Amino acid sequence: MKGFAALYSRMDQTTRTGAKVAGLVDYLREAPEADRLWCIALFTGRRPRRVVQAALLRDWAAEQAALPLWLFEESYAIVGDLAETIALILPPPSRATDRSLTDWIALIRALPALDEAARKAAILDAWDSLEGMERFLFIKLLTGGFRVGVSAGLLTRALAEATGQPAATIALRLMGNWAPESTTYARLITDPAPQADLSRPYPFYLCHPLESEADLGDPAGWAAEYKWDGIRGQFILRGGTHHLWSRGEELMTDRFPELAVLADWLPDGTVIDGEVLAWAEGAPLPFARLQQRIGRKSVPRRLLAEAPVTLMAYDLLEHCGHDIRAQPYDARRALLQDLIDTVPPAAPLRLSPLLPTTDLAAARAGAREVQAEGLMLKRRASPYLAGRKKGDWWKWKVAPLTIDAVMIYAQQGHGRRATLFTDYTFAVRDGDAYVPFTKAYSGLTDAEFGQITKWVRANTLQRFGPMRQVPPAQVFEIAFEGIAASPRHKSGVALRFPRMLRWRQDKPLAEIATLDELREILRLHG
Amino acid sequence: MVMGDLLTFTDRGIWCAAGDFHIDPWRPVARALLTHGHSDHARPGMGRYLCTDIAAPVVRHRLGAISLDTVVYGEARRIGDVTVSFHPAGHVPGSAQIKVEHRGEVWVASGDYKTVDDGLSTAFEPVGCHAFITESTFGLPVFRWPDDATLAAALNSWWAGNAAAGRVSLLGAYALGKAQRLLRLIDPAIGPVLTHGAIEATNGVLRAQGIALPATQRVTSETRPRDHPGALVLATPSALGGPWARRFSTEGAPAATAYASGWMALRGVRRRRAAERGFVISDHADWDGLTGAIQATGAERVFVTHGYTAVFARWLQSQGYDARPVATAYEGESLDAAEPGGPAEPGA
Repeated sequence: MKGFAALYSRMDQTTRTGAKVAGLVDYLREAPEADRLWCIALFTGRRPRRVVQAALLRDWAAEQAALPLWLFEESYAIVGDLAETIALILPPPSRATDRSLTDWIALIRALPALDEAARKAAILDAWDSLEGMERFLFIKLLTGGFRVGVSAGLLTRALAEATGQPAATIALRLMGNWAPESTTYARLITDPAPQADLSRPYPFYLCHPLESEADLGDPAGWAAEYKWDGIRGQFILRGGTHHLWSRGEELMTDRFPELAVLADWLPDGTVIDGEVLAWAEGAPLPFARLQQRIGRKSVPRRLLAEAPVTLMAYDLLEHCGHDIRAQPYDARRALLQDLIDTVPPAAPLRLSPLLPTTDLAAARAGAREVQAEGLMLKRRASPYLAGRKKGDWWKWKVAPLTIDAVMIYAQQGHGRRATLFTDYTFAVRDGDAYVPFTKAYSGLTDAEFGQITKWVRANTLQRFGPMRQVPPAQVFEIAFEGIAASPRHKSGVALRFPRMLRWRQDKPLAEIATLDELREILRLHG
Repeated sequence: MVMGDLLTFTDRGIWCAAGDFHIDPWRPVARALLTHGHSDHARPGMGRYLCTDIAAPVVRHRLGAISLDTVVYGEARRIGDVTVSFHPAGHVPGSAQIKVEHRGEVWVASGDYKTVDDGLSTAFEPVGCHAFITESTFGLPVFRWPDDATLAAALNSWWAGNAAAGRVSLLGAYALGKAQRLLRLIDPAIGPVLTHGAIEATNGVLRAQGIALPATQRVTSETRPRDHPGALVLATPSALGGPWARRFSTEGAPAATAYASGWMALRGVRRRRAAERGFVISDHADWDGLTGAIQATGAERVFVTHGYTAVFARWLQSQGYDARPVATAYEGESLDAAEPGGPAEPGA
């Protein structure tokens, strides 16, 4: 565990890609193979499931530290991370051990078979022999909350360097359905012929935001489509079975059972990149409808009827069993068109239409009307690349909706913003009253957060736990991507992706929006 | 004995009616007693000042031509109807807890303090009292400081590693107290030590009063990093993020940055700074330091002036103290200023 803790610290302490890769390469060359496999698993999100309730861990930690629960909770509110809070408040360990990462994970995986008393004893014993980063990581693994700031691309680079294989080979090996419990480092990474895995997806191609239309050059070289507002997915049909993967490499097949019929129409060996959309009567339903289905592993009949989905196809990656990602976009698109033409129109699959490129600005401006987020621009001659690459694909989002509002509550941030007031509640005016309608916590510079923090400290009217009520005085321009009716909120609306666009120190309180104006935005865009 | 309020909290500072003076006032008053020279405790504009002889040079350096009288630790002074004495607070050189006595009733205003001996400041001494005024900058049980030997080892291995890789080590620390404490922890054999102007000015004042510090060299517009390979550069926290610090990075060898602060105990704060390292070191007491110090005073009443005041006061209440938070203008330890009370620098 010491080696893994040192690696994690190295990843945690630098933002430089080169330093992260170097740290990973060292570890992947030197650590025992079992630990390497777990490292790869953890860094690709394959963490052990949580085996003990967070509340129990909290209770045990407070008990060990001889502190009341309320004080634990206050500390947690500042630290912002349960595992870190526990690691910090526990008394120093009484002894040291040298168990490996694989060993500790085996201990965690054995916990469910124990009764609660034995579970508690095992955990307290572990806490008492670990300190600092090792203790923190052990608790992260216990709570199922392990995360690390290392992208899949970066891990791929490091593995390629450590093993001498091409990055594309490594990327493909890491995709799909493998689990650290049922494979070995050798089988996953170094064996000559990786086992054919029928469910294995290709790495998604991701895009950067377009800064200026001028960067495109001649529009004739580009294809334009809507950037649909759903869930990006990869539909795979191989060996007569289909799989649906999310961009986050999560298997979503069972959440969207209506896509199963596509297996009847598409040829075997087909992989389509597309967007899952809630769809009815030839048009997308609001994102909120799709959201009802995201959290569910299985879908009740009622929901299937209320929020049916379709796959809006963007691209074809595999055709009749052949990887065609190296072919130009136009060629792939033509093959995709031919496939979709054979599928009956009632089936949940359609081709994302191409838009004229003669007036891209106008096309972008119309995107909101079809509930799209903006445009996707793809170079007609481009291959399908892996990961976030600049140059061939761009997203060009519609300008956000905005509203001027006043801050009425402020809350201290946690984690990296523990010393600042960064989370604000905003209100619009309704006669003499101020009606809260959204929270936002991003969009300002550190210097602005610092200034506002001083102001909040000096102008607190009342405290409600970590929340401070402040006089309505600071005006902000709030940007958001969408709006929906919400009976749960006092204002009757819920915003999508709200953030602070600007601190409007120039704007008097009298000029903020009213509740009626907010309702009008809901009527127009909800 | 029924206790009155020997010290009260006004919108100017901590006031003693019986002695007609203020302790660490933040608005102009006739007579100010200072616990120490950090700018949230020592402000300009007072009629006359009193502080310890060891704190005086820094106070003079910062406040200029003021009417300043000094006392030595433990010396009793009669002011109005009360007796006043200053006792070591262990925060920075010359820092004091101010004890005020009136007809057998004893109050202590402790300013900022830490209970571990840093080898630089006169070590903290518990002072028995009926009422104790405490800070709570790090008044949560998640704050527990490592010992100086552990810190010194981590600091020196970080610096030596950077020096071996041809990189400059940039370390952010307060100009008064923290910087000098770090200077006494580092191993000067590793390489040259450069300092930001604000730190070097304080070094000069402290050296002149006989406090021994290793050799340092002030960074000027003429300083060329390549003339000082493997250097350790001590800078104020606010200077680290700005253009001042950029001169120490080259294409192939970006400077390694680290902050030295109690806040570095929190991973989130460390990450927000995007510093490669955070050294957990503070001139304020940690949780065990605060609770131990308060217990040692034997006080029944405790006033909590800055930091996690509400939480800490509630904890004290649960331990049987008559405790309450009070609002003051003291700031404790900040990462956004050159020192407590200093302006936050944009973009820092």
